[in-house]
Amino acid sequence: MNEQKPKLKLAVYWGAACGGCCVSVLDVHEKLFDVVAAADLVFWPVALDTKYQDVEEMHDGFIDLTLFNGAVRNSENEHIAKLLRKKSKILVAYGSCSHLGGIPGMANFFTKEEIFRRVYEESESTINPEKIKPQPEYKVTEGTLEIPVFYNDVRPLDKVVDVDYYLPGCPPQTERLVEVFMAIVTGAQLPPKGSVVGAGSKAQCEECTRTKTDNKLIKKFKRPWEIYDDGVTCFMEQGVICMGPATRSGCGHRCIKGNAPCRGCYGPTADVTDTGAKIMSAIASIIDSKEPAEIEAIIEDIVDPAGTFYRFSLPSAMIRRRL
Amino acid sequence: MKRITIDPITRLEGHGKIEIFLDDEGDVKNVYFQVPELRGFEKFCEGRPVEELPAIVSKICGVCPGCHHMGSGKAVDAVFGVQPPPTARKLRELFYMAHFVHSHIAHFYALAAPDFVVGPQAPKSERNILGVINKVGVEIGTEVIKQRRLAQEIQALLGGHQTFVVMNIPGGVRRGLSEQERDDIVEKSNGFIKFAQFSLKIFEDVVLGNKQYVDIILNGPYSLCLHSMGLVDANNKVNFYDGKVRVVDTEGKELCKYSPAEYRDFVAERVEPWSYLKFPYLKKIGWKGFVDGQDSGVYHATPLSRLNASDGMATPLAQQEYERMYTILGGKPVHATLAMHWARLIELLYAAEHCLELALDADITGKELRTPLNKIVGEGVGIVEAQRGTLTHHYWTDAKGIVTKVNIIVGTTNNHAAITMSIKKAAQGLIKKGITVTDGILNMVEMAFRAYDPCFSCATHSLPGEMPMILEIRDVKGELLQRITRN
Repeated sequence: MNEQKPKLKLAVYWGAACGGCCVSVLDVHEKLFDVVAAADLVFWPVALDTKYQDVEEMHDGFIDLTLFNGAVRNSENEHIAKLLRKKSKILVAYGSCSHLGGIPGMANFFTKEEIFRRVYEESESTINPEKIKPQPEYKVTEGTLEIPVFYNDVRPLDKVVDVDYYLPGCPPQTERLVEVFMAIVTGAQLPPKGSVVGAGSKAQCEECTRTKTDNKLIKKFKRPWEIYDDGVTCFMEQGVICMGPATRSGCGHRCIKGNAPCRGCYGPTADVTDTGAKIMSAIASIIDSKEPAEIEAIIEDIVDPAGTFYRFSLPSAMIRRRL
Repeated sequence: MKRITIDPITRLEGHGKIEIFLDDEGDVKNVYFQVPELRGFEKFCEGRPVEELPAIVSKICGVCPGCHHMGSGKAVDAVFGVQPPPTARKLRELFYMAHFVHSHIAHFYALAAPDFVVGPQAPKSERNILGVINKVGVEIGTEVIKQRRLAQEIQALLGGHQTFVVMNIPGGVRRGLSEQERDDIVEKSNGFIKFAQFSLKIFEDVVLGNKQYVDIILNGPYSLCLHSMGLVDANNKVNFYDGKVRVVDTEGKELCKYSPAEYRDFVAERVEPWSYLKFPYLKKIGWKGFVDGQDSGVYHATPLSRLNASDGMATPLAQQEYERMYTILGGKPVHATLAMHWARLIELLYAAEHCLELALDADITGKELRTPLNKIVGEGVGIVEAQRGTLTHHYWTDAKGIVTKVNIIVGTTNNHAAITMSIKKAAQGLIKKGITVTDGILNMVEMAFRAYDPCFSCATHSLPGEMPMILEIRDVKGELLQRITRN
């Protein structure tokens, strides 16, 4: 080790997350030893003992690099996002939830009240005649208990704080993380602020191993279980909606390898402002018809377009709530 | 009244908080375990095509996504009124055994072993996986990492995406297994069996061979007299993937045995205003509060409860270990919370043996991967055993298979009341008037919930670490009397 050069200070934190992003960091396997040799992990709730108070006591900009995964769903997520922004030189929105809102972002199709009613009142196994709901502050005989405030909306990280880079994916490919990390460690020239890193610039289709023709083939879009996938032909050309055309490459087409169509976790490519508009044009381009009325009917037949096109990106999309 | 706040509890799959209230004498009066998060999957799955749910609900947990994928896949099959063909069913189960092997190895070595191999009151800097490796040697440490990775490789092979598998499609699976791939899994499975036996040997030498540990397990403040839940096959043997849910009472007598579709007759959930997570209980007994014992409605759903609720293991080597555990611990059922670790290793052996059985099965390389679908029933329940408890997914759809309602009871949720009570009991046994609360005592409070392998800690499976804590003792006015930080 070069004694002269101080080790990089690294933090990893989760907001409204599932743990999958932290697992993707753990999946460096043996490379973990390289990471630990190049960086001191100063905050990582999943694995280390650093506490919120310790972070508060760090001077501003103390942390070189923070990977923030998970969306902002409640007051605790927001508080820690702001704290880490202050303490970090580089703040990366790590993974789909932090980048775009992710799967939990689909909650924005509904209101907080609708979610609470379903979970705490209507749920078929829940018995709650008094309609008790969790309260941010609640007095028990021994004292007052507190839990974070559940917000009405899920927000991606950049709706709450200034973000330096975005590392997409649900979860990001571990190999991409290692590349980005090593670039920072070796002091390589970093891309402009606001860039998407650790991903390709082209659409998924450019890297997809499935066979694609330019034929216009589709008279009707089908659900995945309505076809017998041949394992080699482009899903769209088999009539199954695949988000590949509107999705950034870089994941190693993991779902395609498992014979499932892409659902867009890497988010849109740089030239796309609205994922829905982009995928609609891809869809229109493979429909076997020139009649506007027929094309419209074929498109209208697609089930759950909003939940499919914005599966990972509703909180950062132009559309809001129900279509 | 004094108050001890443990916040943040960071080794959580998500976020959590413990509040311990002491009376004026300094004895523990009450404990609250609060889960401060909710994401609302049960609501936002509404409107989605039902075939998308196995992939969507996997995102409930990035640490045990395979459990949600399987429970959901079964619920979706039921919505279409079909069963997958034998090959598909066995491939799913094969995947699921690998999921258990990976998870149980990780929990035992990264989370549980530091307390036993290194010691419950050892210096905190050593009480982690690196400390374990230090004690057992680098060679064994490397073997732990390797075996876990091999199990993950099987999951990635069968499921595509290495974390969030995309294996299930209504009525079957998307991908078959070649002969060559099968041979590879056979080889890996043989390795898993040897490794599981080795792990049991470590447990025997290090834990059972140490009088102090045996005393902690049997006589420490770590026992709760609870009913036991677990999925069993037609012979009442432990099964992770399929069967009926059986519950035995605190004396081991069968309380109920139900099919997935009947779960609502047997389990109900309670809402408390101070936690976002609900508290399930046995509906026929009813909610009697945070109390244990024969009259309580509280149950647990853990490796130990699965063994308690069954008549044995379906594979020969695991059965021997099952018999041995109950002989040594004085018969069934066992209520020692820390015996969950032992039960977990017996389950690891079963998962490894069954992984081999399935890999050798003639059907496993079959070509029939899907059952044709011809109608939509519109409602379905799927139940599997997650590593951390019985997992129930229940879906309703319209005539087109678009989801109208979702109800989910997650593995760890079953244990919410039990974990709260275990923490309270350990705190009551360890924090008393006149006792200075030390790091070692805090760790022993933690050991009470660590045994459950709650999902809020499972993300830590492969890394060193222990639960960071700030412990603040305040007087009635909130004035700080003592502050202990552990890092």
